[in-house]
Amino acid sequence: MAKVTFSVDLCKGCGLCVGACPKHLLVIARDKINQKGHSPAEITDQAACIGCAFCATMCPDCVITVEK
Amino acid sequence: MTVFEKPKSLTDAPLHYCPGCTHGIIHRLVAEAIDELGIEGKCIGVAPVGCAVMAYDYFACDMVEAAHGRAPAVATGLKRAMPENIIFTYQGDGDLASIGMAETVHAATRNENITVIFVNNAIYGMTGGQMAPTSLPGQVTQTSPYGRDVKTVGYPIRVCEMLAALDGPAYIERVAVNNVKHVKAAKKAIKRAFENQVQGKGFSLIEVVSSCPTNWGMTPEKALAWVEEKMIPYYPLGVYKDKDKEVEA
Amino acid sequence: MQEKVLMKGNEAIAEAAILAGCRHYFGYPITPQTEIAAYMAKRMPKIGGTFLQAESEISAINMVYGVAGAGFRVMTSSSSPGVSLKQEGISYIAGADLPALIVNVQRGGPGLGGIQPSQSDYFQATKGGGHGDYHLIVLAPASVQEMADMTVKAFDLADKYRMPVMLLADGTMGQMMEPVALPEVKTAAVEKPWAVTGTQMKRKHNIINSLYLNPEQLERTNFERFERYRKVERDEVLYESYLMDDAEYCVVAFGIAARVSKNAVKAAREAGIKVGMIRPITLWPFPTAALAEAAERVKGFLSVELSMGQMIEDVRLATSCRRPVALCNRTGGMIPTPEEVLEAIKKLSGGCEA
Repeated sequence: MAKVTFSVDLCKGCGLCVGACPKHLLVIARDKINQKGHSPAEITDQAACIGCAFCATMCPDCVITVEK
Repeated sequence: MTVFEKPKSLTDAPLHYCPGCTHGIIHRLVAEAIDELGIEGKCIGVAPVGCAVMAYDYFACDMVEAAHGRAPAVATGLKRAMPENIIFTYQGDGDLASIGMAETVHAATRNENITVIFVNNAIYGMTGGQMAPTSLPGQVTQTSPYGRDVKTVGYPIRVCEMLAALDGPAYIERVAVNNVKHVKAAKKAIKRAFENQVQGKGFSLIEVVSSCPTNWGMTPEKALAWVEEKMIPYYPLGVYKDKDKEVEA
Repeated sequence: MQEKVLMKGNEAIAEAAILAGCRHYFGYPITPQTEIAAYMAKRMPKIGGTFLQAESEISAINMVYGVAGAGFRVMTSSSSPGVSLKQEGISYIAGADLPALIVNVQRGGPGLGGIQPSQSDYFQATKGGGHGDYHLIVLAPASVQEMADMTVKAFDLADKYRMPVMLLADGTMGQMMEPVALPEVKTAAVEKPWAVTGTQMKRKHNIINSLYLNPEQLERTNFERFERYRKVERDEVLYESYLMDDAEYCVVAFGIAARVSKNAVKAAREAGIKVGMIRPITLWPFPTAALAEAAERVKGFLSVELSMGQMIEDVRLATSCRRPVALCNRTGGMIPTPEEVLEAIKKLSGGCEA
């Protein structure tokens, strides 16, 4: 089973991962604010993740680690 | 099993770039190439003046901060003094294609055995969005508020096409980082550019068509779409020079 | 006694640099210093060194910056208009605390000026030249022998203080042929733990840099650098004192102007005028104390220069304007004759006694 984890406080909420996810599993959590003051990205359904790492590929800030 | 994590040759310093700026992706690709080739210990990077000025804090290898446009000259000095080390420059469009054009062209024509990562985002980012040598015709910037008028300021410079006309350089390729497919291709090209140096093949330049959401006045995602719709048609992706192929042919 | 060879000043610089362990030279052709590049082009490939004719003076100095960052002895040479182009790189080298040698074989200016000898880059050499708070150590040889000796000294000082050193000569000195005993070099290898040579995965990365976005940090860095400069001012001042013991008047001159002035001082002594000469050998640090001390005893100073009068300002500062300081100068590539200097000495001695 694939797993994505976010270094939440490095996230700038740019949303490039959201657009890259083929399963549309990522969102920008508008109701949350990280240390930097950004609303961070998060995964809505971990179980549905296929571990393709497209999100991490497009993330400019190395926020995302992907395990399979 | 971890299928994706931050490369070792990036430090833990958080990047100062704006949200959605693709410099971060390109830094990571460079670091991945360094990791995979196992060359971090003998690598020396040369940072530019521009948005990537503080790249020296982000790469874990030894780093030199160069004056604006002079990175290829600094890299030449480093490589001539230490031929066994791996020397790369990381430069933007103003740095490489405007103020540093002479350094770029001459390092290329000497086939200096260095790796040049050229980030083209068609604007001066650090100073707040002025016209670059690669700004597109009609592009609105702080110093071309009515759009780049080619009649008065001339046309954008296609660096790869220009350098490919020289006999000197070993390898010239243009890539982009606006989608997953392009990022993977960019990674391959960047790794090749470092491998070329390891193998003593000479000057390798990878132009990375990139985005600047802040100064383009777009969301990060729209900026990537603009790369696809506007930048890539003007700056077609592909290999512009490959001496290996020339030998075969 | 060591054997002497007949050499041009420019060639003496080049050979002495090689003896000092310099294996990397970057330059761009410009009269009247091109012999240095030509010499290096012949020699460097034979001894495993680098000679590279850069695409511009700007590139040459930045190649120097790269090699200096890696911790190797490195130099460039040029003449006045070319040295102006190098100023950006020199400022970066100073700002990153790197050792390097820059040779300026001066010609007349401003602008393209001429190709004849001059000393009109004194301000540029001693007051910074590029942007920001920094100094170069500036050495002013007055013979081909000194050009060789000071080239070696320049590399030693550069390494010792981690700062760029300029050898300030002129077109005459560069072209002049004199017998030289090539210096025997006994330089101990200097540890350079700051150099970028690759981490070998054994240490944290080194960074060669002059950027400090935090103003407090930049101020602290500049303060620290100037602490080092104070040490240079304290320990490294060099000058020649000639017939100063009983002197009532003091000629101040360096380089080629000092050679001309020495003859004028001898002639003035024969005419019964008690005149001596202080010849600054380091232009920065300037021999301020020697001149201040002379101001206690002499009635007046004469600054002899191949410029519109640049060093004269430092003479006035060093002597706190306590005595009159006259100027004897030619410019634009002209050199004052000993007779002209003698006349100026006579005028000064007459004027001060009146």
